[in-house]
Amino acid sequence: MNQWEELQQAAFAKRVSRRDFMRRATALGVSTALATGVLSRAGYAQEPKKGGSFKIGLGHGATTDSLDPATYPDQMTGTVGWGASGNSLTEMDAAGNIVGDLAESFEPSDDAKQWVFKLRKGVTFHNGKTVTPDDVVASIKHHMGPDSKSAAKSVVDTIEDVKADGDNIVFTLKGGNADFPFYASDYHLKTMPMKADGKVDWESGISTGPYAIEKFEPGIGAKLKRYDGFYGKAYFDDVEIKVIADVAARTNALTSGEIHFMDRCDLKTVNLLKKNRDVNVNIVTGYGHYIFVMNTQVAPFDNPDVRNALKNAIDRDEIAKKVFHGYASPGNDNPIAPSIQYATNPEPIHTFNPDAVKELLKKAGKEGLTVDLSVSDAAFTGAVDAGTLFKETAAKAGININVIQEAADSYWDAVWLKKPFCASYWNGRPTCDWMFTQAYAADAPWNDTFWKNPRFNELLVAARSETDSDKRAKMYAEMQQLVHDDGGLINIVFNNYVSANSKAVTHGDLLSNWDVDGMKICSRWWMA
Amino acid sequence: MHPITRTILHRLGLGALTLFIVSIVIFVMVLLLPGDFAKAILGQSATPETVQAFQKEIGLDKPAYVRYGNWIAGAVQGDFGKSYTSRVGYTRTVAEIIMPRLANTLFLALMTAFIAVPLALALGILAALHRNSLFDRVVNAVTLSTISMPEFFMAYILMLFLAVKLRLFPGLASVDADTEFFTRIYKCVLPSLTLTLVIVAYMMRMTRAAIINLLASPYIEMARLKGISKARIILRHALPNAWAPIVNVIAFNLAYLIVGVVVVETVFTYPGIGQLMVDAVRTRDMPVVQACALIFAVTYIGLNLTADIISIATNPRLLHPR
Repeated sequence: MNQWEELQQAAFAKRVSRRDFMRRATALGVSTALATGVLSRAGYAQEPKKGGSFKIGLGHGATTDSLDPATYPDQMTGTVGWGASGNSLTEMDAAGNIVGDLAESFEPSDDAKQWVFKLRKGVTFHNGKTVTPDDVVASIKHHMGPDSKSAAKSVVDTIEDVKADGDNIVFTLKGGNADFPFYASDYHLKTMPMKADGKVDWESGISTGPYAIEKFEPGIGAKLKRYDGFYGKAYFDDVEIKVIADVAARTNALTSGEIHFMDRCDLKTVNLLKKNRDVNVNIVTGYGHYIFVMNTQVAPFDNPDVRNALKNAIDRDEIAKKVFHGYASPGNDNPIAPSIQYATNPEPIHTFNPDAVKELLKKAGKEGLTVDLSVSDAAFTGAVDAGTLFKETAAKAGININVIQEAADSYWDAVWLKKPFCASYWNGRPTCDWMFTQAYAADAPWNDTFWKNPRFNELLVAARSETDSDKRAKMYAEMQQLVHDDGGLINIVFNNYVSANSKAVTHGDLLSNWDVDGMKICSRWWMA
Repeated sequence: MHPITRTILHRLGLGALTLFIVSIVIFVMVLLLPGDFAKAILGQSATPETVQAFQKEIGLDKPAYVRYGNWIAGAVQGDFGKSYTSRVGYTRTVAEIIMPRLANTLFLALMTAFIAVPLALALGILAALHRNSLFDRVVNAVTLSTISMPEFFMAYILMLFLAVKLRLFPGLASVDADTEFFTRIYKCVLPSLTLTLVIVAYMMRMTRAAIINLLASPYIEMARLKGISKARIILRHALPNAWAPIVNVIAFNLAYLIVGVVVVETVFTYPGIGQLMVDAVRTRDMPVVQACALIFAVTYIGLNLTADIISIATNPRLLHPR
């Protein structure tokens, strides 16, 4: 019996997998009923079962939302319009790999300049109509064109042409891109039925996903019903998604049992929430990161030694602990999150090191350096506090930082990309190439460090069309090292998605590409 | 012309003038808001081309006075224009966004008024009748305590006890057009209760003060000497003369119930017009912001006007001029 107790303790500490636990429990002669009881009390995922009404409360959503995927700004529209009711050609799995979704398989050719996606057979829209490659092509073209205002414009800009060919969808890209299947998983690129005029019908909300939209009220919520013609898995009978902007109201709704899941817990009180025996708190490290960016073209930040001095003058652990209450992982001036393919952790790890700062400043001839740092909580919640803590530690290392609090309203217009040293954030991208192309390529409109490193840009182009995985890994490692050593990025922390759910529902591994279980919570969760 | 008709017409004219000035103020304030509407609407994904295309589409390239003219001409006819979320082939009028929200707000306001106004009047009259008694003191202490607490605090306290601990009422007042009448009332209990606690004290104290004031006047003394019952003195002799201040404070509170409940709406996630306006400011949906502000102004001016007219019409001295 001693062994049984040890095993139970291991289960509660999550030291054993579900399968191992069951195997060892059976070996100890414990009944299956007893063993599964322990598992569920220890919070293990059970075998999924069908049924139930799932209610979730999200902190996003506005009256300006629409079902047009070109406009999806956040997790609310993404969860309703894509995660629950639609599908892209591909999707990410919990391990960060790209797998087919509407596409059965996909193949590159011509140095990854052409990609052929084979459409899954027998997929139907919620109105019963079969999905054809033409529907997919029209859905992609919805975001293309010179007048496009699509939020996915930067994604589809890499596409030269897309056309249907039998059961296949053929993409011709402007340049080779080995990561294109990742782009194809973007949540704006959901598949919708094509109308007679060749445009897509997004107004009806009809798509291919596990749930059909019954009602969508912008800024208030949505109701969806399981679509039995769906090709994949889905467990709940129906789903209700509510917009609850106020975090205290969201928490109350969860604890009073009116919703099963809430996103974006209040980090100040989440420790109290954890004490609630009916509630689970989930912490997922995402790709998003909170940063300070230096304009590498402007003095004094044009001097790499000054940049490195600042990188060593910030105490990221302290900020993670005090500003983010421990729900963030300290960064190392690499924008690539650890869970992304080809991610490295470049040496030396940047930590608070006053001696190194003084040495670097001496080398640059900039002792007694004074710089202005623009911050606002519009950049990220806690930016002002993070800036103030930065000022304190930098002072110890001999750098004087003037923290300037800017107006939140116009922060992205008047400060970001304008002021030489400011706070910012990135949601992150699922691949090295995507992230680097968006924010570190010399000619990228959002290159917020104005960093133009010839070697880096040469590698960026070469790695994009390189299909040999080992060679790519080497190239991306060198690029991450370059950003770390030479770039204008101070990556303070990678943020965590902190959500909570009632124990009435349960789930498997959580996706880390987006919050709300990769926005696919409705099909990936089930009633406990 | 009867002096009352003249006064009423005079007030209506003033109301219209105020409204006109307010509409200019609203328009100018919106113009002065910092930041780029197009960028705010399109989000971080906006590129210069998409921003330009968007600005052209919503007519931001026209001069301000032309836009004001178009807006006010439409608003007078009940057409508040299109929301910035509209795009080619897909129109969302401001009216269709606002109407359901306005209906929700009016429902909550009416429900609260039905509870709060009679309660406040009854408490006020009773407190005046039993001045300085234990009852008077308790009522005063309780209502003054509830009005002194910020409304979100009241809301959270009620939510904690009635929704989370006792689970009597839902903490989320999420209603929509299909919600049945009684379900709707059930869901609105907590927000309505919060608002009642916030506004009762004001109306109650005003009623009490107005009546106590009158009870000291010679004609009430006369009535009392004639041996008329207390209730009759208050209802028949004191109240008609006390209506003016009471009606004013009731109108003021009704206006608050419509234009000032955004905090309570947010706490209970009630889809009312206050939440809509905050939402619209955040997402820079300016036609909606302007329309909400104008509706608020109309409500305020309209209710105050009504209060004025009622207080004139119920005033025996104005009613029967010599």
